[in-house]
Amino acid sequence: MNSSALIHALLDGVLTGSVYALMATGLTLIFGVMNIINIAQGILVILGAYLSYTLSVHFGIDLFAGLVITIPTLFVVGIVVERFFMTKLKGPERTSMSILVTYAIALIIEGALNMIYSINDVQLKAWYVNQSFRVFGLWIPYIYMFGFFLAVALLGALYVMLYRTRFGASIRASLADQTAAALIGINVKRVSTICFGLGVAVTAAGGMVYGATNAFNASTSYDLISRLLTIIVLGGMGSLGGALLAAILMVTLGDVIAVVWSPIWSTPTYFFVLVIVLSLRPQGLVGKLSVREA
Amino acid sequence: MWSLALVVLVVFPLIVTNPTYTAIAVSTLLFMACTTSWNMFSGYSGYVSLGSAIFYGCGAYTMALVSSHAHMAGGGAQFWLVPLAGLVAMVVAVPVGAIALRVRRHTFVVITIALFFVFQTLAINASFTGGSAGISLPLIPWLFNYYNLPFYYVALGMVVFATLLSAGVRRSRFGLQLLAIRDDEDRALGLGVRVTAVKLTGFTMSAFTIGMAGAVYAMFIGQIYPQFVFDPTFDITVALMAFLGGFGTLLGPLLGGLILEASQQYLVLSFSNGSLYLILFGVLFLLVILFMPQGIVGGVSQWWALRALKREMVSMTDPEAVGANP
Repeated sequence: MNSSALIHALLDGVLTGSVYALMATGLTLIFGVMNIINIAQGILVILGAYLSYTLSVHFGIDLFAGLVITIPTLFVVGIVVERFFMTKLKGPERTSMSILVTYAIALIIEGALNMIYSINDVQLKAWYVNQSFRVFGLWIPYIYMFGFFLAVALLGALYVMLYRTRFGASIRASLADQTAAALIGINVKRVSTICFGLGVAVTAAGGMVYGATNAFNASTSYDLISRLLTIIVLGGMGSLGGALLAAILMVTLGDVIAVVWSPIWSTPTYFFVLVIVLSLRPQGLVGKLSVREA
Repeated sequence: MWSLALVVLVVFPLIVTNPTYTAIAVSTLLFMACTTSWNMFSGYSGYVSLGSAIFYGCGAYTMALVSSHAHMAGGGAQFWLVPLAGLVAMVVAVPVGAIALRVRRHTFVVITIALFFVFQTLAINASFTGGSAGISLPLIPWLFNYYNLPFYYVALGMVVFATLLSAGVRRSRFGLQLLAIRDDEDRALGLGVRVTAVKLTGFTMSAFTIGMAGAVYAMFIGQIYPQFVFDPTFDITVALMAFLGGFGTLLGPLLGGLILEASQQYLVLSFSNGSLYLILFGVLFLLVILFMPQGIVGGVSQWWALRALKREMVSMTDPEAVGANP
């Protein structure tokens, strides 16, 4: 082990972690506002990656330029899913049912993607995927840097929207207490629909960067969703800052373990840390412990 | 009703002797046992576990490791290891439950998923499990046409065991405590239910049958791989079966397991195209949850109650109409 490998691991942790943070933010936003666990988030990331793939291979559109098309597309997908399926969920087992419904949706999308794109791995291609630049004596592919900037920009936009606009205030009010938000005249239904759309829309950007840095097929979504779920649990479900912190922690920890020990143990170590943290802080790193949780 | 169903299940393999169908029947029965056992904890307490494959995998590995390291001759003697596998699963369930049950429902779901992945990676990477190459079990020298029969009856025995246990729990004070936790955990705690102990006991008990089913499956297949016994779709399938049949009911998981596993296997047989099968399965699954959110048992009993209510109202408003049509 040498120190440059360690720096590389740390750098990669921050760069890649921000992309995971973006995907996990969507998930935690949906959970926080609607009490819905969106298991389909993993396959939607892959859907976003495949959309970028189609745009770049068949239409020659640059990956980043293609986001202008893919982000709105996935926003609409999110709205449709929410309108048709999520509004139908009622009753005390709503959250558990939402896991099953979104899992079913994930299966349908997985089947469709397998039929359209086959199960062979693909990876997104562009000049910035193949070329690298030198920093601290390390070669970093441009895509990591660009992906980081994209994630930071989108997360920043999301934060500005949440904390500086009137609509953001109504989202935060719904996050805090749905009944109270409805009582002061917030249209919680509309907020929920738009939140679901936003939560899904970020997967387009996340999927594009993921697809450019990893080879993927539809079944990659299982690995993704298990990581995203553990990120939001580690951060504290419904906490946006927690998702960011936990995502960077997860990727950095995995990379550091891979360098100092062995790549085989990076994932188990992360899960092990997760279990330890949750034994000490069941509400996650940033989460609040609610008094009466249904 | 129950005894009639049992008689049908006992004579089934004597009438349908085609090994393809009896093999489907064996896996269907194993799933019925697992789902009933899962429901005994998750259905009654409301804590949806998506980590039941941990116990299934531990059971399967107990069977595989013990029978191959002890150089057992393949055959009926291996069945003695089945209860041992169940016990191993229970022993594993204690620390798993102690960690996962520290949090409330929604987080519990996710933690069971995380713990499941810990076990899966361990099974793939640890030295004693044989890694991703898997383990071969002793070859069982039974005739092809009769190979499935002993498995069928052992699996049927497990279904009966799981059902009786689940019914017993439901009628006991312990079962009431689980149901109280499902309805309102804080209130149950306030009323003096030792919620942590009750939840952990229920969780551990439900691991027993699932571990045994894993052991029987390992024997039945003859060769196990970590990805197939520590399988994330197993976690989901078991939960789905219970929701399909009726979450928290006694009959529901049995029906759900029967319908879902049998139709799934049939779909796999008829559609060689795996992707189309995924889509069909997903659509079916979606329709059931959206149109029967309480599962088959809940839906039918609600319909029945509504019908009775309507009749009552008719008889109240128009007594002659009832008298004319007794």
